[in-house]
Parts: sequence; C-alpha cells; structure tokens
Amino acid sequence: MDKIIFGRFMPGDTYVHKMDPRAKLIFTFLFIFIVFLANNWLTYSILIGLTLFVMLLSRIKPIYLINGLKPVIFLLIFTFFLHLFFTKEGDLLFEWGILQIYEGGLRQGIYISIRFAVLVIMTSFLTLTTSPIAITDGIEILLNPLKKIKVPVHELALMMSISLRFIPTLMDETDKIMKAQMARGSDLTTGPIKERIKAVVPLLVPLFVSAFKRAEDLATAMEVRGYRGGEGRTRYRQLAWRTRDTMAILFLLLVAGVLVYYRGM
Amino acid sequence: MDIKLQQVGFSYAAGTPFEKRALYEVDFKIPTGTYQAIIGHTGSGKSTVLQHFNALLKPTVGEVAIGEFNIKASEKKPKNIKEMRQHVGIVFQFPEHQLFEETVLKDIMFGPINFGVGEDEAKRRAEQLIEQVGLPTSILNKSPFDLSGGQMRRVAIAGVLAMKPDVIVLDEPTAGLDPKGQKEMMDMFYRLHKEEGLTTILVTHSMEDAARYADDIIIMHDGTNVLQGEPRQIFADHLALKKYRLEPPRIVRFQEKVEQLLGKALPKVCLTEEELAQTIADVLKERAGIDG
Amino acid sequence: MSEILALQQVTFAYPSDETEVRNAVDNVSFSITEGEWIAIVGHNGSGKSTIAKLMNGLLYPNEGNVRFMNQLLNDDNLWDIRSQMGMVFQNPDNQFVGATVQDDVAFALENNGVLHDDMVKRVQQALAQVKMQDFLDHEPHHLSGGQKQRVAIAGALALYPKLLILDEATSMLDPQGRNEVLQTIQQLREETGLTVISITHDLEEAILADRLLFMNNGQKFAEGTPDEIFALGDTLLDLGLDLPFAMKLSRLLQEKGVPLIGLNMTEEELVNDLWISNFNK
Repeated sequence: MDKIIFGRFMPGDTYVHKMDPRAKLIFTFLFIFIVFLANNWLTYSILIGLTLFVMLLSRIKPIYLINGLKPVIFLLIFTFFLHLFFTKEGDLLFEWGILQIYEGGLRQGIYISIRFAVLVIMTSFLTLTTSPIAITDGIEILLNPLKKIKVPVHELALMMSISLRFIPTLMDETDKIMKAQMARGSDLTTGPIKERIKAVVPLLVPLFVSAFKRAEDLATAMEVRGYRGGEGRTRYRQLAWRTRDTMAILFLLLVAGVLVYYRGM
Repeated sequence: MDIKLQQVGFSYAAGTPFEKRALYEVDFKIPTGTYQAIIGHTGSGKSTVLQHFNALLKPTVGEVAIGEFNIKASEKKPKNIKEMRQHVGIVFQFPEHQLFEETVLKDIMFGPINFGVGEDEAKRRAEQLIEQVGLPTSILNKSPFDLSGGQMRRVAIAGVLAMKPDVIVLDEPTAGLDPKGQKEMMDMFYRLHKEEGLTTILVTHSMEDAARYADDIIIMHDGTNVLQGEPRQIFADHLALKKYRLEPPRIVRFQEKVEQLLGKALPKVCLTEEELAQTIADVLKERAGIDG
Repeated sequence: MSEILALQQVTFAYPSDETEVRNAVDNVSFSITEGEWIAIVGHNGSGKSTIAKLMNGLLYPNEGNVRFMNQLLNDDNLWDIRSQMGMVFQNPDNQFVGATVQDDVAFALENNGVLHDDMVKRVQQALAQVKMQDFLDHEPHHLSGGQKQRVAIAGALALYPKLLILDEATSMLDPQGRNEVLQTIQQLREETGLTVISITHDLEEAILADRLLFMNNGQKFAEGTPDEIFALGDTLLDLGLDLPFAMKLSRLLQEKGVPLIGLNMTEEELVNDLWISNFNK
C-alpha cells in the first residue's frame, strides 16, 4: 500500500495549496474541456506550458507526477501506437512491409499522448495539493443546490469522509489478518489461480466481520454524540472564496480564449 | 530451535520516498526452550521484530536464523519459507480476529491442513487442543462467531497450537481480558511451555508478566535491542530502564520502598508477590531473632 | 449536592431465540450525585456495559426507569439528555468520526447546531483541557491509542456535559496510554469537579473512584467505597476480579506471619503499616 503515491496529498503552503477546494474543483473540471480545444503545435505547447506553470506554482516535485503517470503509461503508449499505425494522413514517413507510418499519424499520436498526460497530471494536482477532506467539503458545497431535487448531498459527503477516514484503519487490518493467516500456512501470493482465490476467503471473512463491528460501534458513537442527520447541523469547516480563487478561474478562461484564437492556425 | 538475529535492519516501504526505518542492528539469540520476553514501549520496534520470527517480513539488511532455516536480506526469494512457518506459531494481538470458518473444528484444522497434515490427524489435534485451552469439546461444532470474546480467543490460540510449532510467539496475548481471564491465559501458556517443551517468546509491555514468567528479557528501544538479561538483573537496573522509558514492575518498585524502610537491601530482587512476602517475612524474623 | 443520574429497579434482557432468556441487567438501582466519581466494576459479561447503554438511551429498560437531572429518560428528551452526557467507548478507532483531531472534537458541536465562532473557541478549549492542542490537524492513524482516547474525551467536553461516562475506555490501551487517560480524568476532576462514571475491570482505575458498584451476572452484587468493596477479599477473586496490589501483598505477608494492622489499599498505607507493626514498638 505504501507504493501508491499517485494522488497522495502532499501538504504545503503554496498559492495552489491555499486555494479554495471549490475553486480547484471548478478549475479541474473546466480544464478537462479546455484540453480538447488544442489542435496544433502551438495550442498543445500552451497546454504544456500551463501544466508546467501549475507545477512550479505548487512546488510539487516532477517525480511525483511521473509516478502519477506510471499506472496509465501502458494506456498512453497503446494509444500512441494506435494512432501512429492507423492514421493514414499526410506524407508517408516510413515503410517496412505492411507497416506504414504517416506524418499525420505521428502527429496525432503525439497530440493524443500530450492530451492524455496533461489531463492525468492536472487532476493529480488537485489531489496532491488538497486534503481529501477539503475535496469532500468542496464537493458537498458545490452540490448543495441538488438538495432541492432530494439528492442526499450531506449524507453522501459524510459517507465519503468516513470512508476516507477508515481507509488507513482497514488497510492496517487487512495487513494484520493477512499475516495471521500466512502464519497459519495460508498462501496468498503463490500457487495456481484457483488455490489463490480459495485463499482469499480466510482474509475476507474476518475483514467483513470486523468492518461490520466497526460500523456498528461507529453508529453508536455517532448517535451518542447527537448525530441525527443533516438537519439543524452547523459546519465546523468553513470555506472562504478569495481573490486568488477568482484570479485562477479567470486566468484559466483567458487561456481558453487564447486557445480558441490560435486553434485555427 | 535456536533463533538468531544477526545485524538485522528493516525499513517499511523501502526504496520509496515514504521509506520508514523500523529496525536497525538488531542482534540477539534465543536458545531452544527459553521463555523469552521482549519488552519495550509502543513504537520501540517490538512488533516489527516479531514478524521476522516467521518470515512475515524479510530483513532489509542482515540475517535471521530459525533453527536450520535462514532468511538473508541478500536473497531475493528465500526458500522453504512455508516449511519454516510450520515451526513457528504466532498468536497475534486480538487473535480472535483471524477466525473465519463455519465451525470451531474447521477453524482449528485450517493451519494443520495448510501444512499438509491429514484430515483425521488434524481433527484429532483439534479435539485434544480444545481441552488444553480450557474449552469443552461440545464447542467444536459451534460457529466461532457465536462464542464470547474470551472463548474466541482460546479457539484462535488452539488454531495456532494445532500446527504443533516448536516456537510460539505471543503478542500481548491478554489485551482486553479481565483480571481473572488474564491470569488464566498467562498460566495456560506457561503450562504449555513446560509440558510441550516449547520455546516461548512473549512480546509485551507488561513488566509484571515479564517478571513472573520469563527466563530472559530483551529490551527494545528506538528500533534496536538495547538490553538483555535475566529478569532479576534487568529489573535491578533502574537507571537503564528509565532511559528506555520503561518502569520496573510494581513489585520491584515496592521492594525499594521496603528497603528504604529497613535501611538495607533485601537479599535478592523479588519477581512475584509471593516471593517478596516470603523474603520480607524472613528478614523480619531474622531481625526479631537478633533483637530478642 | 443534587442527583445527576439514577437507575431505579432497571431490568433489561437482549432479545434472543433461546427459550431461557437471561437478564443482562437484573433489578439494578443506584444514583449518582453531582461531582462524584463512581466506578462500575465486574468481569467481562457481568452486565456493566449494558448499564452504560441504558444510561443514555441506546437501550431502554424492560422494567424500571432511568432518571437524568430529575427527568425520566424518554423519546422526547432523549437528544437533549444525550447532549449533556459525554461518553467515551472502548475502541479508540471505532469512535473517531472526524478526519482530523479538530474535526472530531467539533462533531458533536455540529450535531447540536453550535455556531461557528463558538465552535472554534470550544474546540480549542476542550483540546487544551486534554493537552492535545498541538495536534489540531493530525489524522487519527498517526495518533497513539491514548491520544485518540483523549481526543474522544475532548469531543465530549466541548459540549460542556454534566456527566462523563467512560465505557472501558482504557481497556485497549498500553500502560502509557492508560496513565495518560487516567491522569487527564483526575486533572479534569480537580479543575472542574466533573461527574464521572467509569465502567472498568482495571482495579487501579477503580481505586481512584469515590464509590464502586460491583456487578455480577447482571445484578448489583455490592456497592460502597473502595475500602468497603475490596474488604470482600476472596469473593472478588471468585467473581473474576483481582485485588489491588498492596492488598494482595498485605494478605500474603499476613499468611507468612508478618504482623499487620489491616488490609492496605495503597502502597503508602502498607509501608506505614509495616513500619508501625514491626519497627515502631
């Protein structure tokens, strides 16, 4: 579990860290659309520039971003080659047997790879610079209007924050039970697939039993502390939208404008 | 089975930016048949050491030897791990959390069957062990989840003993039990230790249990072993204990108060209430003899 | 001193498929007055945790009633009464709701609609009371068991409760954690005179209380000061408890023929007794 670095919150005190989570969520959401505006060398360069700019501003080490790309690297390479081999536009660059590579294919392959990479990196900025609980808060408040159409926004946000809170606890628990069963000769890592699936039962049953016990305890503790749904509840965490947040969104819209202007060229 | 740790070091998440050093230069030996206590405060590395006795963790430096089995940091994939695990049973903290089968019988048989013991033999062992851990045989056909917490723990312990290990490692085995349950549990392990000729390793922060049962004590502090010796010797060294943020057992602290009162040291460091009472009685008698 | 909480002839049985239903709590009565520290002791399964659940309406008695601040506990005043009663449970992990220390302390305040500015003040104050003010943004899995329990106590204190109930709050902690929690409680008692009910099988914890309630098989077996209860001697051992260290040693010394005046509860008493009975003649 310690190897999962992708998207892990790295506390800091930069412009990006200090932004309101709502602003970061809106920024990321808008960015997903803006990425598709790029269609030539110049506009793609602007996208890369924007990504590097956010990286410098948030002081996130490039190594974490590269690590973030690792899980999707296969997909990235696959799409690159897909375009490389099957887009038959422009001049023929290279031919070897049935393998033909066109200039257009190479260009498309590179474009799509950049698009993919900046998308993954930008979303990982969100999770790298914002604590999970702040993201939950942001989502809850942004979705608040949906309460009018009876979407249980508060309950969903509470569920999300409790899940986040219990992930490390359950990870430890999994590790502990796995080791206890391994000490009893159960083998989860080697042997034929069928055996391995069977070996999961001694892990899953205790995990479920314990998760239910925890849920029950937690429900009792919440009840005793006066929890009875979202009504009449006040919020301890307050979010504050500042000038820097408005600036960030305006900046992104400006970039979008620039992209629209240059995309035809 | 002698257990030997040579210059063992261990890091969690080794090779990532989150690497966390948990052990360094751990070096000690536990001879066959010893009742060994390993003590240290929370975070001293004692639970990490414990997992090395069974190759649940592989050292990042150094070497662990369990009898003739060796786990070296230099070897990528140590051989015979499973065979080795059969010789070392670990009773984890709150072992009742590892129960999963439909019946107590099946759960106790789980370990032996994994190690290739035949069904009949495994069943025979379960029937014998359930009594050894102080439960009625009628419980064998019940679901472990219908039992009380204390009974579940005993079933889990029977499940570990059913593998017929030569070494048994106990991690805070009495946590959460009431005083009577604690005493019964510790007495049971001591009896098994004697009767079965086991090597017992008790990992604990209870100084009282270490004083009462152990032949030898290892003290862990900040990821390494810092002190090893017989209980009397260890508990006489108050300064060292203090340095490692440990308190001597209550009985030893009380003996000091009595010594202040008497104005002289008692002939030995006492480890149990019975022993201290007897020693005080002897000293007072002797004194009365001189006075009279 | 006025009465805070009272149980009157309370009986409770858990629903069961078996024909012979055993009462988990059987005709238990007691009352606790403001400023008292009362410990409910008994072996595992003696009914002491069921009593805790009856005290704040997690369970309702089959017979008898529960009275808090002269009101009978019922569905109408349940939430009001709960807001005046803090409760800390056994497992430090399973009662930590918030993502960080300060969120967890604020949880009960949010539930009771306390305004934001007041909330911030109360969170700070409560955390200072348990000496956890430097851990505001810590996540639970980076805290020790003792620290988590202190946060749970702060969560209860933030509501300014009339009564704090500790339901085996120290039984899963290491000695260090146990000391931290007990010291916190003692200090709170000195500073604020908070009324405390601790449900425990730890005798060193029970000895700190003003009064003990000794439970066995769902019934109140005995009630009295620690002196009175521990004078029961062997009966305690038979019913799954132990004797405090000094007392056990006193008994052993007497068996070995050392003259002593009485059974001593604390080490100081025993040392004094040894001195008076053997040297000061």
